[in-house]
Amino acid sequence: MSKGSPISPSLMAAKSAGAPKAPEKVDRAADAVVDNAATLSPVLGPNNVVPPTVMTGSEAIVRSLEELGVDDIFGLPGGAILPTYDPLMASKMNHVLVRHEQGAGHAAQGYAMVTGRVGVCIATSGPGATNLVTAIMDAHMDSVPLVAITGQVSAAVIGTDAFQEADIVGITMPITKHSFLVTDPEDIPHVMAEAFHLASTGRPGPVLVDIAKNAQVGNMTFSWPPKVDLPGYRPVVRGHNKQVREAARLIAEAKKPVLYVGGGVVKGHASAELLELAELTGAPVVTTLMAKGAFPDSHAQHVGMPGMHGTVSAVTALQQADLLITLGARFDDRVTGVLSTFAPNAKVIHADIDPAEISKNRLADVPIVGSVKEIIPELTEAVRNQFSQSGTPDLSSWWSFLNNLRDTYPLGWTEPEDGLSAPQRVIERIGALTGPEGIYVAGVGQHQMWAAQFIKYERPHAWLNSGGAGTMGYAVPAAMGAKVGEPDRVVWAIDGDGCFQMTNQELATCAINKIPIKVAIINNSSLGMVRQWQTLFYEGRYSNTDLHTGHETVRIPDFVKLADAYGCAALRCERDEDIDATIQKALEINDRPVVIDFVVSPNSMVWPMVPAGVSNDQIQVARNMTPEWEEED
Amino acid sequence: MSRHTLSVLVEDKPGVLTRVASLFARRAFNINSLAVGPTEVTGISRMTVVVDADGELIEQVTKQLNKLINVIKIVELTSESSVQRDHILVKIRADAATRLQVTQAADLFRASVVDVSTDSLVIEATGHPEKLTALLSVLEPFGIREIVQSGTLAVGRGSRSMSDRALRSA
Repeated sequence: MSKGSPISPSLMAAKSAGAPKAPEKVDRAADAVVDNAATLSPVLGPNNVVPPTVMTGSEAIVRSLEELGVDDIFGLPGGAILPTYDPLMASKMNHVLVRHEQGAGHAAQGYAMVTGRVGVCIATSGPGATNLVTAIMDAHMDSVPLVAITGQVSAAVIGTDAFQEADIVGITMPITKHSFLVTDPEDIPHVMAEAFHLASTGRPGPVLVDIAKNAQVGNMTFSWPPKVDLPGYRPVVRGHNKQVREAARLIAEAKKPVLYVGGGVVKGHASAELLELAELTGAPVVTTLMAKGAFPDSHAQHVGMPGMHGTVSAVTALQQADLLITLGARFDDRVTGVLSTFAPNAKVIHADIDPAEISKNRLADVPIVGSVKEIIPELTEAVRNQFSQSGTPDLSSWWSFLNNLRDTYPLGWTEPEDGLSAPQRVIERIGALTGPEGIYVAGVGQHQMWAAQFIKYERPHAWLNSGGAGTMGYAVPAAMGAKVGEPDRVVWAIDGDGCFQMTNQELATCAINKIPIKVAIINNSSLGMVRQWQTLFYEGRYSNTDLHTGHETVRIPDFVKLADAYGCAALRCERDEDIDATIQKALEINDRPVVIDFVVSPNSMVWPMVPAGVSNDQIQVARNMTPEWEEED
Repeated sequence: MSRHTLSVLVEDKPGVLTRVASLFARRAFNINSLAVGPTEVTGISRMTVVVDADGELIEQVTKQLNKLINVIKIVELTSESSVQRDHILVKIRADAATRLQVTQAADLFRASVVDVSTDSLVIEATGHPEKLTALLSVLEPFGIREIVQSGTLAVGRGSRSMSDRALRSA
């Protein structure tokens, strides 16, 4: 029987050698970093060696950001972050001054989504920091690499309800991957390096760095690269060999497999790897809302988007499958419908970098923890070996079933009876005239679903939206960030009239900083998705969903006047015959932002739809119309 | 739901207890008790968390805990492979007439009297939670004025050290 735990000799050695509370092994790992700085370092950026230099904490923040390779920052200054804005003025980094901190957060998200780099936003303490909360939560839900830097009141007055004091570390604890409160300027370089390492590796996510004012104004000794000391953080990247072989065996046996592809494949930059696996297996591919573009929409094996507003072919493929090859997806309730009835006959292979996602909602038969970037090629190799032994499975009857569904229930829309334009047509035309090289950023609601359905995505990082959080107001600032990250691409914000009114102040930021985004307001004069639910489930009682911005209303605000006031090109389109010309005109204006008020029918609805609380088998292709299932075997 | 005892090694950093506690709250996991204190390694604390959860849920609990950056290692300690102890202080009504009966009851449980006044006793006891429950039921008729109880502490049997192994693989 143990009588107290013995102190390990190695730890004692580490301690006596003066290593401050760092466990021995971590020290060794950090040493190895010095040898292989560029390749293995947990410190982002080029790992330039900076000899010890005395500077202020604020200068250290700016210098750390520069050393970490940051080019662009979105933020808004205030009292507690003021010291840091002074050295920032002299930096080569581009700081975009937003009009509201939420805009900074979403812009940093948009930037991160299109570039794959860490998005950075800065705000002051108190309300500045709390204004970032929505964007931080959004980044948390959608696994976006984000570092949020906030000023905090001086350490001496923390806890006294000082002016503009808010416990932002506490407030954001449930919605960050990790957070730091810095009160000692000496901690700044390593905390900044750790924050960027955490945000960008493993399952990406938001990291908050809250820096007390005294740590900004105090002196410290800066050196680079700092030591990253995160003994509890060891993301698994490579998949387990045995599990990968077991997955390959299931794939070779499956009669009705489906590749269920989630946003992790976009975040993991694994589209090319996915294409190879998909073509090898010949299995149908569904891409979730977060994965649009991870697999080309035009590919013959793509059967659509699954979920509440997915295609009949994609939803049914999952429901009828005997094997789900789940890659970087998380069995979200908007995909599964009632979980107990989801894909009832399917075995599940679940590959994800976050072990906690595996078997969280749906029990996995073959769990594979790791990066899809590593796992998919391993799986492709294992499947190839398996097929060479047991033969390539014959999926022809599965495909004839799915092809029939695809032909019978294509995406489409009915023309509104009120004579106004169909919002779906507007969105479809924007996609068609802009093409797959554009970037499309949606708000949340009907227009978001239509943008997912009717724009053809052929490449990853072309489609941005607020999937998990469902943040109205995401589009304009996220599009702004995307345009900063990818200035040579056409960036469309496909927004709703409700969403647009939440964050359109960033048009000022866009106009002044020459960030020429294009905003298409799909103006149905209402909170459209809520209205749709009221139509379907509340007997058409339209409680508080009329926004009075559309056809034959007071038009408050008048989006054309508003856009004009913000220094944007402002267009309005109210007739089908003007849609193409208006979009063309917008595409030709590149010296300032363009806002188009597309006046559309409030009565158009998003179909197909799986009503909330029922099985995906109850999918409706139009109101009270479920598909005919005779073809089902 | 079955009861599970998790030993959790964490970095001794500000807010780490809040991170663990709020994780349990927001994921709707049931915490039965939580005890935390320093270990033989400077900068590393150890939490003993007793959780009520069924088989699949306990896996999710440990996975979510592991996602916390300050959590270094988690080991589930079964009752067979570990020693588990709670600590309790009980203030009992006891005057000259009943004092002897109370102290005799305490003796039966190898509990000790740590404070005496004219009309009360404070009894200290250590043991497996079931033993302490039994002690309380014996003391209850005398009149319990206050109970203060620690969370469960647990350590694996045998010579192996959790912190040693954890930090080697760190």
